[in-house]
Amino acid sequence: MDMNKESIEKIKEIWQALKGVEDPEIPVISIVDLGIVTDVTIDERGRVMVEMTPTFTGCPAIEVMKKGIEKKLLDLGVEDYRVELNYKTTWTSNRISEEGRDKLEKFGLGRPASHEGEPGMDDIANARCPHCGSENTTLKSVFGSTLCRSIHICHDCRQSFERFKPV
Amino acid sequence: MNKEAVKELMLKMADDALIYGHRLSEWTGIGPILEEDIAFSSISQDKVGHAWQLYQLLERDFGMPDPDRLGFERKESEYKCSQLNELYTRNYAFALLRHFFMDHAEFIRYSLLRASSYEALAQLAKKVRGEIKYHVLHADTWVKKLGAATEESHSRMQAALNEAFPYALGLFEPGPFEQELIDSGVFIAEEELQAEWLDEIRPIIEESGLQLPSNAEAITGGRSGNHSNDLAALLEEMSEVIRSDPGTSW
Repeated sequence: MDMNKESIEKIKEIWQALKGVEDPEIPVISIVDLGIVTDVTIDERGRVMVEMTPTFTGCPAIEVMKKGIEKKLLDLGVEDYRVELNYKTTWTSNRISEEGRDKLEKFGLGRPASHEGEPGMDDIANARCPHCGSENTTLKSVFGSTLCRSIHICHDCRQSFERFKPV
Repeated sequence: MNKEAVKELMLKMADDALIYGHRLSEWTGIGPILEEDIAFSSISQDKVGHAWQLYQLLERDFGMPDPDRLGFERKESEYKCSQLNELYTRNYAFALLRHFFMDHAEFIRYSLLRASSYEALAQLAKKVRGEIKYHVLHADTWVKKLGAATEESHSRMQAALNEAFPYALGLFEPGPFEQELIDSGVFIAEEELQAEWLDEIRPIIEESGLQLPSNAEAITGGRSGNHSNDLAALLEEMSEVIRSDPGTSW
């Protein structure tokens, strides 16, 4: 059905508010910049539906993010809502916005390489150092301190760094 | 779609992920080097995540109890995990070979499930496959490294391989509903999966300087609830906290 103007405005307002919900493991980036929120809709009875897809199936932050979304909805005066986690949209690191990638780098996390649907070995191994910008780096381990990070070392500034994994 | 057939398939996958995940987690804090400690812990977390998602679908679409009940409160004979995954972790070489055999099988299984007629499972499979890709990468790296490093590492790896391989063949123990799963487009025959798996692992084993036993027989039973003695001990430990205060909220 056609959505009325009011609903369209409301949806915009919700997307804007969700930009204020952070990933608790990377508190500089919103769940919208991370691409975790996949859809916001309002049905004919006025019920708001927010759909989200996890970065990793075992991500412990997902429940915290879900609660964060619910709180924002209540703050906006939305009382009839549903927040659903599903896999209709597969999360990949390509979903992280350009703004989000910049924020990751500022936070000290290397940006994930963009890829064509599936990261190749080069995408996984070649990382840019978030400290000095050098590409002269080596992959140390594909597993880091959280499920979404790998560990690298930079040969120019001689520091180790973590990077948001391309998936 | 034959519900009993899909339930059977999902339950064995979920139980495999949970039990294997718990075995992997035993390296947390005691990995041979820091990166390995982190790697095994991360892979473990992924596996328990896979189990959690599958149990949730079993609850939502098949009316089974919630994930905590399913994961921690069933009788041993109700678990459908393969014996490979429940065996106590003998040593690091054994852990690596189990990881190598299991994750190659899982990678192919989830790759195929992306085309499953059961939509929710197909969607989940896309996500899970991307995670297992990293697990396979890790397993391959270390099997190749240690298979060919020194005489001692080689002989330890070969001994672990010889012991794990018959159990690994048990991963493909056919279930009671193979034909129903094939007819309804949910999944392929386990036998076919095994053939693809052998094609996949053989060149890597050869490159590592290791050898697959030529006349190994599959050790089966897990899929029908017949387990080794190791599972009971593991379940006892896994459910210790939940049993200490049943029904409490955490």
